[in-house]
Amino acid sequence: MSAAQEKSSRIIVSVIGRDRVGIIAAVSAVLAGANANILDISQSVMDEFFVMIMMADIGQASMSLAELKQRLQSKGEEMGLKIDAQHEDVFHFMHRI
Amino acid sequence: MTGSRFSPQEIVETIRMVQMENLDIRTITMGISLRDCADRDIRAAGRRAYDKICRLAGRLAAAGEEIASEYGIPVINKRVSVTPVALVVESADSEDYLVFAEQLDRAAREVGVNFLGGYSALVQKGATRGDRALIASIPDALSNTERVCASVNIGSTRAGINMDAVAEMGRVIVETARRTAARDGIGCAKLVVFCNAVEDNPFMAGAFHGVGEPECVLNVGVSGPGAVLAAIRKEGRTDFGALASAIKRTAFKITRMGELVGRAASLKLGVPFGIVDLSLAPTPAQGDSVGHILEAMGLERVGTHGSTAALALLNDAVKKGGAMASSYVGGLSGAFIPVSEDIGMIEAAAASALSFDKLEAMTCVCSVGLDMIAVPGDTPVETIAAIIADEAAIGMVNRKTTAVRIIPAPGKKIGDSVEFGGLLGRAPVMALHPQSSRDFIARGGRIPAPIQALTN
Repeated sequence: MSAAQEKSSRIIVSVIGRDRVGIIAAVSAVLAGANANILDISQSVMDEFFVMIMMADIGQASMSLAELKQRLQSKGEEMGLKIDAQHEDVFHFMHRI
Repeated sequence: MTGSRFSPQEIVETIRMVQMENLDIRTITMGISLRDCADRDIRAAGRRAYDKICRLAGRLAAAGEEIASEYGIPVINKRVSVTPVALVVESADSEDYLVFAEQLDRAAREVGVNFLGGYSALVQKGATRGDRALIASIPDALSNTERVCASVNIGSTRAGINMDAVAEMGRVIVETARRTAARDGIGCAKLVVFCNAVEDNPFMAGAFHGVGEPECVLNVGVSGPGAVLAAIRKEGRTDFGALASAIKRTAFKITRMGELVGRAASLKLGVPFGIVDLSLAPTPAQGDSVGHILEAMGLERVGTHGSTAALALLNDAVKKGGAMASSYVGGLSGAFIPVSEDIGMIEAAAASALSFDKLEAMTCVCSVGLDMIAVPGDTPVETIAAIIADEAAIGMVNRKTTAVRIIPAPGKKIGDSVEFGGLLGRAPVMALHPQSSRDFIARGGRIPAPIQALTN
């Protein structure tokens, strides 16, 4: 019935920071390394910050969300960006009725 | 439904609420029935309670961490509430209830929860032998345990106010402060006196697992004063209708997070989901203050004229926004105005903008009551009892929950301040009326229940 009950395997990866070359490539590489399938990418500039959002499916992923999160965060630190991964239900619950 | 795309604005809004506006899940509280732990041997009862809590709540803290990581929403506290202990220990031959409290404390430590609520008695109409013995043991229990929280319900709209219990609680509070004098009377921060107590409150120190509750249940308390504050500031100088709408929209979003986390925790732990408590629970952190929300509405300092109206609007808008966001709403559901746990309230009290009497007036329109208020250590027990009676009268007549959590800080005078640290914060010692209430409290008996509508 609800999203939480039939738990989807989609996550939202958010990247916030200053724009630079290679952000998409770097994040995609981490996701590919985890066998996560990228479903959608969008990017925009909000309040002077570059915001990139990726939706990915981790149904067939080779690692847990916690581990993937860890890898994305350390990649973010390396590149001076804030990268996070959250289960998509957070956004469903907050923004869709 | 899963096909809908989120705009960058939506994603960023969520992230901003969590990272910059302190949106979090304040508590996931597991309610556990201890009714089957009763035993004639108090030690055996304690062991049973310990075993049952460890069995059911063993995975609670870990599940909370997992959810926080998966959804990117901090889950600040994992807690346990139990059946009012008086109901469980009454069958024991011994009245050495401290043994039982110590087992609860051990269990809380074992499962990794910072507070366990339910060292409680419900005596709104009168007390049984077990109730009396439990209430008498509260100073002992709170000074010899670290994580156990106690509460006593002394009145209700249906039963009236048990003034004998009110008088007794005055003594219990002063004694608890004395026993924990070395830490500014911190024992009193873990003791709540209620009128119209609710059975599914997830917030400490007043949480207990009511008698109408199932074997085990999960209740969630959300927070988010910071997110509401940001929404009000963003709204600018609008009229009250627009202001209420902005609060409602934010409350809806905050509560949805509680609903999501409650459902996820319920699935992970295999325990039914009870309710979301739609409360705005502040912390001493900057930007997480209910007092500052009222100030953002246009008051120079919380506590000045207009504060009660501002709080009434806030409390109602939070409920309206939250009610649609959750399938099951319960608990206390409203804005909390604890003095020591809210930086805006601390500042206002320290600047004498917020008086005790104004605070009492504000509790008429919000949940929950006179919360975390430090008063001089030499306050007479009858004055403490009379404060409880006043607050209970507000709850009784208005058919709402009210509570008193007051700390007569040993050795402290007006203008001093007490420091509890962490979520409990610090509180300036507030002035009370010096005139005596002794003869009033000495009457004893009950204040009759107010007339309703002669229904039933």
